[in-house]
Amino acid sequence: MTSTLTPVRSKRSALTKGQLPKYAPYVVLAAALVAGAAILALVGFNAFGWGIVSAILFAVGLVSWSAAVEGSRKAKDKLATCLVVGSFLIALLPLISVIWTVLVNGIPGLLNPGFLTTSMNGVTGVYDNRAVEEGAPVIGGIYHALLGTIQITLLATVISVPVGLLTAIYLVEYGNDGRLARAITFFVDVMTGIPSIVAGLFAAAFFFAVVGPGTKTGAVAAVALSVLMIPVVVRSSEEMLKIVPNELREAAYALGVRKWRTILKVVIPTAISGIASGVTLAIARVIGETAPILVTAGFATSINSNVFSGWMASLPTFIYTQILNPTSPANPDPSSQRAWGAALVLIILVMVLNLAARLIARIFAPKTGR
Amino acid sequence: MTATPVTSTGAGRAGDKIFSGAALAAGCLILAVLFGVALFLVVQAIPALTAPAAEIQGGEGFFAYIWPIVIGTLIAAVIALVIATPIAIGVALFISHFAPRGLAAGLGYMVDLLAAIPSVVYGAWGAAFLAKEISPAYNWLAANMGWLPIFQGPASATGKTILTAGIVLSVMVLPIITSLSREIFLQTPKLHEEAALALGATRWEMIKMSVLPFARPGIISAVMLGLGRALGETMAVALVLSSGALTASLIQSGNQTIAAEIALNFPEASGLKVSTLIAAGLVLFVITLAVNMIARWIITRHKEFSGAN
Repeated sequence: MTSTLTPVRSKRSALTKGQLPKYAPYVVLAAALVAGAAILALVGFNAFGWGIVSAILFAVGLVSWSAAVEGSRKAKDKLATCLVVGSFLIALLPLISVIWTVLVNGIPGLLNPGFLTTSMNGVTGVYDNRAVEEGAPVIGGIYHALLGTIQITLLATVISVPVGLLTAIYLVEYGNDGRLARAITFFVDVMTGIPSIVAGLFAAAFFFAVVGPGTKTGAVAAVALSVLMIPVVVRSSEEMLKIVPNELREAAYALGVRKWRTILKVVIPTAISGIASGVTLAIARVIGETAPILVTAGFATSINSNVFSGWMASLPTFIYTQILNPTSPANPDPSSQRAWGAALVLIILVMVLNLAARLIARIFAPKTGR
Repeated sequence: MTATPVTSTGAGRAGDKIFSGAALAAGCLILAVLFGVALFLVVQAIPALTAPAAEIQGGEGFFAYIWPIVIGTLIAAVIALVIATPIAIGVALFISHFAPRGLAAGLGYMVDLLAAIPSVVYGAWGAAFLAKEISPAYNWLAANMGWLPIFQGPASATGKTILTAGIVLSVMVLPIITSLSREIFLQTPKLHEEAALALGATRWEMIKMSVLPFARPGIISAVMLGLGRALGETMAVALVLSSGALTASLIQSGNQTIAAEIALNFPEASGLKVSTLIAAGLVLFVITLAVNMIARWIITRHKEFSGAN
């Protein structure tokens, strides 16, 4: 033992005395993995349990080693690092699990012929029974729902982003923290908590009163989604506009630039990356909303390309109804395949949107020195 | 800010007026929409509140009907926040201060992906995967921690309990709290952090001394937004929870939340039942109002730390 430790010790200068060697985490990790496997072997091995036990052993081992060599302050720092990294790994578990579940169940549905290019028009339980009993291909697709989701979400975004952004501008630039500004801030927070189904009921009742009873169209759903989306856009844009340093505004005013041009040319470009990410989160929040669309747009099995008339399908309501009321109650498997396929398409859609917004945000991001 | 420019052209003045007018109109529109929602809820709820007790579902009046699902809603939301808040703050710190700079943006995107997954997918995942996988853990809890009222057995065989619903809700709330906290952590004045490090603080001490005090109101506001989501979430609970009467045990089937109660019963409801459900929505609305008012009060008390000034 002493012969192997001596050269390491001799290399250490006074500056690095009392520190853990650089390889310490790897040694502890290897020991924790071995010990974890040994413990799990006693109670029955599974990969998930192995990961959890090893992580706990790693944290305990590293922190106590650090406490012995480096003292309590460094040990606390190590403990905090372990907890922070651990919480990130825990947060990844549901993400991986959800995506895995959707991929495994969704790919067979997605590969059915005509899944993306046909609607459910004329697809009845007879076909599903035949698919299960005789091995015929599962027919019927999500074209109508995909079209509906894109139209409803686009219309909701077109309504929400100008209203939300202008409100945020009013709050930060014109409100001066006055009574109206405080009231708007307060009620935007209240609006954030509106349950999605209540927003749907509001939009339905509004259109029943204005257009006529029983009005269920994509536009009604878009209004319902806007009620949910506007406060998210306002909150995130407001936070982002507030970060813009006052020095930038004052510099523009000092050059004689009008306030509205300052806002358009200086304030918004500085905050645009944050605003874009906020809008993306807002779209992500509403694109999967099921309850308000069920109440406001009804449910259709055929293609409807007009948001202002007729019932309209959407991907979330398609998933919900295919799970809850399968096309063929005797053989729910084809419906469940279609539901998971639609879920996969919905997730891909949102991921692409997210990625696009992130690219835009990166292109327009101001340099922060970080 | 209040100084007016010395020279001014007609076009510039008109632009200013139009722009500030549009901003003001947008703000007022929000107030009008919210007023419309509240008005609609109250008007539609009045029949249920004034109807004879025997005609309300359950036959014992509206308040006997509503309080168990109010408690159920609060239980689910509290479970979600208790699980999500510490993890979310940890994840936000990891991305803002611990992860290698080059990886941070990509890791942040992965967490945002959690927010992108629709609630109906979480509901399907919770019902088809999580409930099944977690029910052995419930059996263990019932056997070993059963003396606690919240873990009283026998555990649900399907795993479709309020605790499962709370866990699914916590996953849905996590990215909201994380992404907002992360933005606030990144705004911490660089000089505060560097000053702490220069005085010999470890990374954790630097975070404790400079980042967390600066970010506290931001974290509270983030948790509040998460609570709003957890209270109002409909589909995940409707699909995951096998609902029933109010029970203290979190690992038996039972309990119900307001939003799921409305979602499951509204399509077939008619007459007084519709009013009852809308009144339940009004109650949910009032709870959110109370939560927000408390949170606002906390935030205004700590305003001097915020990034606004």
